[in-house]
Amino acid sequence: MENFEPVIVAYCCHYCAYTAADMAGSMRLRYPANVKIIRVPCTGKVDAIHIMKALEKGADGVYVAGCLEGDCHFKNGNTRAARRLAYVKKLLDDIGIGGERVEMFLMSAGMGERFAQTASDFTEKIRTLGPNPVKAALGEAKRAVG
Amino acid sequence: MITAERKPLEELIECLKPYRRILLAGCNECVTVCAAGGRKEVGILSSALNMHFMKEGKPLEIKEITLERQCDPEYLEQLAPQMDQVDAVLSMACGCGVQEVARRFKETPVFPALNTKFMGASERPGMWAERCQGCGDCVLGSTGGVCPISRCSKQLLNGPCGGSTLGKCEVNPDIDCAWQLIWDRLKALGKTELYEENLPAKDWRPGRGAGPRKILREDLAS
Repeated sequence: MENFEPVIVAYCCHYCAYTAADMAGSMRLRYPANVKIIRVPCTGKVDAIHIMKALEKGADGVYVAGCLEGDCHFKNGNTRAARRLAYVKKLLDDIGIGGERVEMFLMSAGMGERFAQTASDFTEKIRTLGPNPVKAALGEAKRAVG
Repeated sequence: MITAERKPLEELIECLKPYRRILLAGCNECVTVCAAGGRKEVGILSSALNMHFMKEGKPLEIKEITLERQCDPEYLEQLAPQMDQVDAVLSMACGCGVQEVARRFKETPVFPALNTKFMGASERPGMWAERCQGCGDCVLGSTGGVCPISRCSKQLLNGPCGGSTLGKCEVNPDIDCAWQLIWDRLKALGKTELYEENLPAKDWRPGRGAGPRKILREDLAS
């Protein structure tokens, strides 16, 4: 458990969080390498199935990072994403995985520091929660086959 | 379209407990449009069930398939090659599809993943509302295109009742009074005289009154 390094998938909007990640890089800010960024044209593109499949394949946590309220490049993609996230949280609670493994964050393209801080905070939160229970079962299944 | 909603996961998990190899079958028609049982919903439910049972230490083997329609025998044949490799089918079609799967594949248990709701239309993204009860004798021509059978809580043919207040129904203020809608529409059409015509007592036999119904088209029948 003490060696647990969480795998985190972050769906980042091209117009804000992805650029903020770039900004964090330019500012030489450190953030955990656990976070694997997937660039999306808008968080409105992120569907429940993307989040569910990431967790099913063994991610320990997933977050969606979109534009600040009222600032979505496509008007309301971020609010749609927030509603989908609420749906997924309920689904994860229902199956006993726990909705707290997924989260939505808002930031602008200029918020490099916020990006780095969010990545660190979320990584720590998932580290505290421990590994995705599915991953443990996946590992056991692989060991049984191997 | 026929509308439906996914059953609570708890119920689905319970009915799948005795089985290990599951065929999760979606339908590309109505339930895809109402976002209840199309390819995407099959993927989401498959992930959810997979994760739950994996966590419980009893991993399932789920095959995903989405048919063009589950209510037509031709399309059901696509399931045939899978049937000897699964212990149960979880169908994400409406009740018609589930029954057709059960009728075609008698040896394999079939479970419904959805609760089929009503024949309805999309009012706005994410919202569907009842529009037709299949009464078998349509009166929409006399009622300005608003159905008093499906949209009036009391199915009144010559409404409104005394419970209509400010255009809303006494059953629930979120429900529009169908007869208010009918009146407004007839006024817009300049056909208020239709409102004066009494609709006769309805013969419910073409509806469900005479038991389960069938349509037979001799010209098409084989």
